[in-house]
Amino acid sequence: MSETAEATAVAKEPKEPLFSAKNRRLLSDPLNDDNPITIQVLGICSALAITVQVKQAVVMSLSVLVVMIGANLIVSALRNLIPSRVRIIVQLVIVAALVILVDQVLKAYVYDVSKQLSVFVGLIITNCIIMGRLEAFALGNKLWPSFLDAIGNAAGYGWILIAVAFVRELFGSGKVWGFQVIPDSFYDFGYYNNGLMILPPMALITVGIIIWIQRSRNTKLIEEN
Amino acid sequence: MDVNKNSYIFTFSAILVIVVGAALAFAAESLKPLQKENVRLEKMQNILASVKIEATPEEAAEKFEKYIIEQVMLDNEGNVATSEGRTAFDIDVVKEFKTVEEENRFYPLFVFEENGARKYIVPMAGNGLWGPIWGYVAFEGDMNTIYGSTFDHKTETPGLGAEINQPFFQDKFIGKTIFDGAEYVSVEVVKGGADVAGNPHQVDGISGGTITSKGVGEMMERTLNVYVPYFKGNQKAAL
Repeated sequence: MSETAEATAVAKEPKEPLFSAKNRRLLSDPLNDDNPITIQVLGICSALAITVQVKQAVVMSLSVLVVMIGANLIVSALRNLIPSRVRIIVQLVIVAALVILVDQVLKAYVYDVSKQLSVFVGLIITNCIIMGRLEAFALGNKLWPSFLDAIGNAAGYGWILIAVAFVRELFGSGKVWGFQVIPDSFYDFGYYNNGLMILPPMALITVGIIIWIQRSRNTKLIEEN
Repeated sequence: MDVNKNSYIFTFSAILVIVVGAALAFAAESLKPLQKENVRLEKMQNILASVKIEATPEEAAEKFEKYIIEQVMLDNEGNVATSEGRTAFDIDVVKEFKTVEEENRFYPLFVFEENGARKYIVPMAGNGLWGPIWGYVAFEGDMNTIYGSTFDHKTETPGLGAEINQPFFQDKFIGKTIFDGAEYVSVEVVKGGADVAGNPHQVDGISGGTITSKGVGEMMERTLNVYVPYFKGNQKAAL
């Protein structure tokens, strides 16, 4: 009797529901508690470079999402075959190949978008978040959790990127998504666009402010002295 | 299977590289015709944009055929030249200016005609802050007054230098002249925010994008210099 109960328990274990609490956390944690940019401080480089305009931030986030899903899935599928001594270079080759592939496809089918992204597509290769997730997660987990982890982290990266870009474009050029939102009458009263906002240092300060707000609101992140 | 054996690592790496290399080579080769066509149509669009003709990629080829009545090649001295197997359209000025020695370069010129009025379109290439910039400047029939311009760049800073491809900057060139009497002076791009109203040879640059803006000025000065003899000759002929 007890034996059969045990056997069913063992048989049941691998049948974890697709959206179990653990899997949902893979999606939600990177958005806040374990955000790649504000908590893990990964991908800061691109957060500084391409947050001048919202549009570019959005396209960049989408590209990172695509590459990340692809890379996480491939590495997860090969995780038992990749020799650990050369794993970093293997990951790099996979990411680089995917990025070039994305770039080529964009150039052939959506030339306008590819022109807008210009150098940033190539920069995805150097995005620490992708390598970080491959190394920390995909190498040790199955396909489905790796897939969710990729979406979660790309989303966590994306929303910070878009938030920073929103602030910088609004105060730096008075626009959002390329459309002017600060009315001309403000300028007539002596309002000026903050030129500093366009420069990279302000991205760092904006990210800092987001971290500050996040840490003061999220009790889990408050460190005890 | 021991995945950390040297022989395994070599085999794995070799297979990985071959697979990835083959996939990329296949993708690049099979997508190349589409990419080349995109570039060709974009060039036509850009040339037409400098004379304020809007064209979608689909209609670019047809409109180009209709409006561009003549394509001329000039040599480094500004004389009309021919080169076997090459047309003015084939010349990629960004490449030409970079790889071909000055005395062997060819300079393309496109003649546009609408309702009997001719415009002369000069392609140009230069350097911005981070990488190459290029553009097309169209002149009125007098070969002196700028009718329209379009610029683009490869890697300039978004929001700063990259703004040279925006209409607000390109439109500043309209109506400016490159000759002061008979003397060639080109159009200078001055540091952003300067007062250039009333000066026919100066254009206000982009604040925060000074080096890119200056690059545009330098590119015009240098490239147009080659066309001066041709322009002057044709101006005389017109008189």
